[in-house]
Amino acid sequence: MSKVAQRTGPLDGRNFGTTGVTLTPAAAATRISLRAREDGLATAKKILGFAPPGKPKSSATKGSINCLWIGPDEWLVIDADDSGLPAKFAKEGNTKLSAVEISHRNTAILLEGAKAVDVLNSGCPQDLSSASFPVGACSRTILGKSEIVLYRTGEHAFRVECWRSFSDYVWSFLMDAAKSA
Amino acid sequence: MSFSVNTGANRIAGKGRLSPSKTVTFTLDGRQLNAMEGDTLASAMLANGIHLAGRSFKYHRPRGILGAGAEEPSALMDISRDNARRQPNVRATVQEVFDGMKAKTQNHYPSLTFDVGAVNNWFSPFFSAGFYYKTFMWPKQAWKNLYEPFIREAAGLGKAPEEADPDHYANRYAHCDLLIVGGGASGLMAAKTAAKSGKRIILADESASMGGWLLAESEATIGGRPAGEWVTETVAELAAMENVTLLPRTTAFGYYAHNMVALAERVTDHRSRPDPDLPRERLWQVRAKKVILATGAIERHLVFADNDRPGIMLASAARMYLNHYGVAVGRNVGIYTACDSAWAAAFDLQNAGVKVTAIIDMRAAPDPDLVEKAREMGIPVRTGSAVTKTAGKMRIRSMTVEPIADPLSEKFEIDCLLVSGGWTPSVHLFSQSRGKLKFDEENGRFVPDIHVEDCASIGSCNGTDDMDTALAEAVAAATAAVSGRAVKAPKTSGFASMRGHLIGSAKGAGPDDHVMAFIDFQNDVCAKDVRLAVREGMHSIEHVKRYTTTGMATDQGKMSNMHGLAIAAEALGKEIPAVGLTTFRAPYTPVTFGAIVNHSKGDLFDVTRRTPMHSWAEEHGAVFEDVGNWKRAWYFPRAGEDMHAAVARECKTTREAAGIFDASTLGKIEVVGPDAVKFMELMYTNPWQKLAVGMCRYGIMCREDGFIYDDGVVGRISEDRFHVTTTTGGAPRVLNMMEDYLQTEFPEWKVWLTSTSEQWAVIGVQGPKAREIVEPLVEGIDLSLEAMPHMAIREGKICGVPTRLMRVSFTGELGFEINVPADYGRAVWDAIWERGEPLGMAPYGTEAMHVMRAEKGFIIVGQDTDGTVTPQDAGVGWAVGKKKADFVGIRGLTRPDLVAEGRRQLIGLRTKDPKVVLEEGAQIVADPNQPVPMKMLGFVTSSYWSETLGHSIALALVEGGFGRKGDTLYVPMENETIAVEVCDTIFLDKEGARLNV
Repeated sequence: MSKVAQRTGPLDGRNFGTTGVTLTPAAAATRISLRAREDGLATAKKILGFAPPGKPKSSATKGSINCLWIGPDEWLVIDADDSGLPAKFAKEGNTKLSAVEISHRNTAILLEGAKAVDVLNSGCPQDLSSASFPVGACSRTILGKSEIVLYRTGEHAFRVECWRSFSDYVWSFLMDAAKSA
Repeated sequence: MSFSVNTGANRIAGKGRLSPSKTVTFTLDGRQLNAMEGDTLASAMLANGIHLAGRSFKYHRPRGILGAGAEEPSALMDISRDNARRQPNVRATVQEVFDGMKAKTQNHYPSLTFDVGAVNNWFSPFFSAGFYYKTFMWPKQAWKNLYEPFIREAAGLGKAPEEADPDHYANRYAHCDLLIVGGGASGLMAAKTAAKSGKRIILADESASMGGWLLAESEATIGGRPAGEWVTETVAELAAMENVTLLPRTTAFGYYAHNMVALAERVTDHRSRPDPDLPRERLWQVRAKKVILATGAIERHLVFADNDRPGIMLASAARMYLNHYGVAVGRNVGIYTACDSAWAAAFDLQNAGVKVTAIIDMRAAPDPDLVEKAREMGIPVRTGSAVTKTAGKMRIRSMTVEPIADPLSEKFEIDCLLVSGGWTPSVHLFSQSRGKLKFDEENGRFVPDIHVEDCASIGSCNGTDDMDTALAEAVAAATAAVSGRAVKAPKTSGFASMRGHLIGSAKGAGPDDHVMAFIDFQNDVCAKDVRLAVREGMHSIEHVKRYTTTGMATDQGKMSNMHGLAIAAEALGKEIPAVGLTTFRAPYTPVTFGAIVNHSKGDLFDVTRRTPMHSWAEEHGAVFEDVGNWKRAWYFPRAGEDMHAAVARECKTTREAAGIFDASTLGKIEVVGPDAVKFMELMYTNPWQKLAVGMCRYGIMCREDGFIYDDGVVGRISEDRFHVTTTTGGAPRVLNMMEDYLQTEFPEWKVWLTSTSEQWAVIGVQGPKAREIVEPLVEGIDLSLEAMPHMAIREGKICGVPTRLMRVSFTGELGFEINVPADYGRAVWDAIWERGEPLGMAPYGTEAMHVMRAEKGFIIVGQDTDGTVTPQDAGVGWAVGKKKADFVGIRGLTRPDLVAEGRRQLIGLRTKDPKVVLEEGAQIVADPNQPVPMKMLGFVTSSYWSETLGHSIALALVEGGFGRKGDTLYVPMENETIAVEVCDTIFLDKEGARLNV
């Protein structure tokens, strides 16, 4: 047996800052694509420790686990710590819900600063005012030509989730937008 | 009268709002000139006594500056900072002068004042409407050699820059409660009223300074304050409010469905040394709950003989140049009008010390107060009269005036003639939003009638001429838009009346057919051209427009449309509403491609997707090919190798030892749930019920029509969980099609789909040494033939990280596809490489992969199939479950056409000369000596040199191909005909001995 393989994130080593906004690659996290209907929610609640949110654009959080509403039967679960969610879901089986690990499919960029909304609105057509998209709001949407999941973590802080191979584009787009915002 | 020396002899000290202490320097055709900060190129030229701004498009006639705003059809210039930052056809009336700006006049050779192209003017009787249609009819060959090159050379105004645009552009999506377009009196009043509500307001105005025509006023007051001060105060008040976004230099150019309005903001075009990080322009895509259009009105010129001489301009423009820029447009100024507002220009100029030579009013009895005031000021007045002739080559020198009912004429020496045919409400955006217009007969104009979008038109764009009424309208519309409390609009005084108009041609514009009385300055269209078009049978205004090109230039006929329409209506003997207006289209004014493309240039033009192992391939000299948005390693040339040599070596090494291949781009979908197998049965032609857990199967997916849509290997992870792979390019559409069936046809099924394409990095290790290489790195999986036969899938660990290990082969060799979580892809690849390289393993790219799969007769969907190929046609009919009751495409496959004899079927081809490699796409015939057009039997889909076999191989779709094995067919090429023999699609190891080891 050779040595254990080490992780290489697609945005490792990058960082960017300009007046009004900074970009940082998010730390690795456990992610689950959770799919369930009404009858699967109890199981999901048991595993997560809280009920998945039921309203569009909303999220729920407990401890290290964030659960983002993506669609009527779809959630993106992000666990900043490795609290063993994939194993817990695997134990419950696939009869009531589907839990697919996508920890490596997605990567995330943390966008912070007073101009964060302007930067995002360079490529995201949604209304990101605090009234329409308050802290805790989330949405699967687009940024330029890439699909993203946008999650507002603070008044001036967002987590931008995207697929791994789109991250270079999303990072570059945000950088270009930040410079001209 | 005192003239400032610094920024032009025609600058009037104490007039205007620009600061004499701030000056800039620019060049005009190489000549250095000074201007004040805030000057437009037009005001700076006029201050320096320059009216001549270029040559016209068709006749190369000297042309001047006509207006003071966005409607300018005439003064189009070439503006640059440097060689790459150059833009032709910039309106001098809009371009702000910045330090170091280079301006050039256009459309002349060798110089502006002596232009050989002006010969067109002498031949103008030949360039009648429809000239091109009539003249270049024959001979046919002359089109290619003579007419087209000539027309192309002569076509277009200005010269496009040849260097790449070094500037960058930005985009901003915005949402607001109220978007107000236009920052004139009405727009500012609406913003001021609505802003108090705290709701989100965006106010956009195309000019550098808000205020619109208020900036042209001298004596007028709003709420007892001078209009200019009211503007400054209101703008300051709005700028200080959090909920208000003020966008000067921003043109609303497009009004789309659901109150989506596109704006173009010019960010740096007025700056001398812009911050390189700033975008040149920013596109705003605004979604507004309500829209208030306060787009104002545009003054029309008058149509009379030689009405295009430099020095002839709009009366409103002269007033703007005087009162805002402090510039006198001439020293002996004539006025020719059908509208009251031009009189105000005369009075202002005379008051500023400019001699007004005469006011010519077409109307028999204009407002007696105006006439009386002119008399008091000592300005000669001619009523019921028309200007019938002008003289002056590079600048107007005189005008000839005749009473309309009388042939007696008198001549006035002038150096500038101000004209006004009245005002055209700017209904462009309202019309773009599909709002309906109505014709206001009394005032000769179209005004908004029925709106479609949630918007309101206020002020002069709504035909409201009186300022008090306009402000009341603004307050009412703004209050309604934000559901605010009604307030009283301020009282105003001293605004000029906008009464009186003329649309169509005046005396002196014809009806004879050689008078040059221009309607459209930019496309050089005269009144006579419209009359001719009607005589020649164009009865619809849309036809007249296209036949004469009136209103088809970049100004879209902002000044000319009403004149053209009225002349056409008169010639047709119809009422104006019966002839109708042409449709307004976006953009309102030209928009740069840069603004439209904005961030999507260079690397951001499109997404470039790279696999986790991309960096390794780069380090090892891979040449990449684009597959969809992916960069895939195509081949790995070593020193001295061309592609052919590299691919041959990669194939040989893989078949003799081992090859390592990055298959990460394959689409992957996790199908999970109690109904997963039922769903797989539906989506794929194959049977899945009996597929054992831990085993894989090659699946074919059809569309309803029975044609192959995608293929891939599917592994069963558990009873209710499948690991589905798709083609690289097919990944998104396969998932979409699956979701479509699930959501629309079988919503009650308990099965869910998740794309895992990027969760897994996929490392293919293929070749006789594959097991030897991989085995020591793997934990918890027995790789032996007995424990893990071909088409098995196992879960375990490799290099200490989780893996889904598949024993599959697209090469025909013993092979594994190692799926690891993507972030581990590079590290696991490195470990395998470290182990495999000493054993003779080489990396191979997509080209070698294509060759090796073709040697085994494996199809590539999209290359060997084209959307008209069934599984049977492709020779994979075995993958269609014979006992299945249903699957997508089952009915399509029974259509008579799809089971008929003589369908194109996939077969192998071997060239009689083994060294000849066929061209993919080449056609195949049975008899090369038959007359042309030959009967095509089919075509080559894949063709390669096989180093392993020592001869070329090809796959082809050929009519009745399965029945032609052993036949000789022909591939006619340009210089030779290649004989081929039909053979089996499997060229190598038919019995699969290499696989079962």
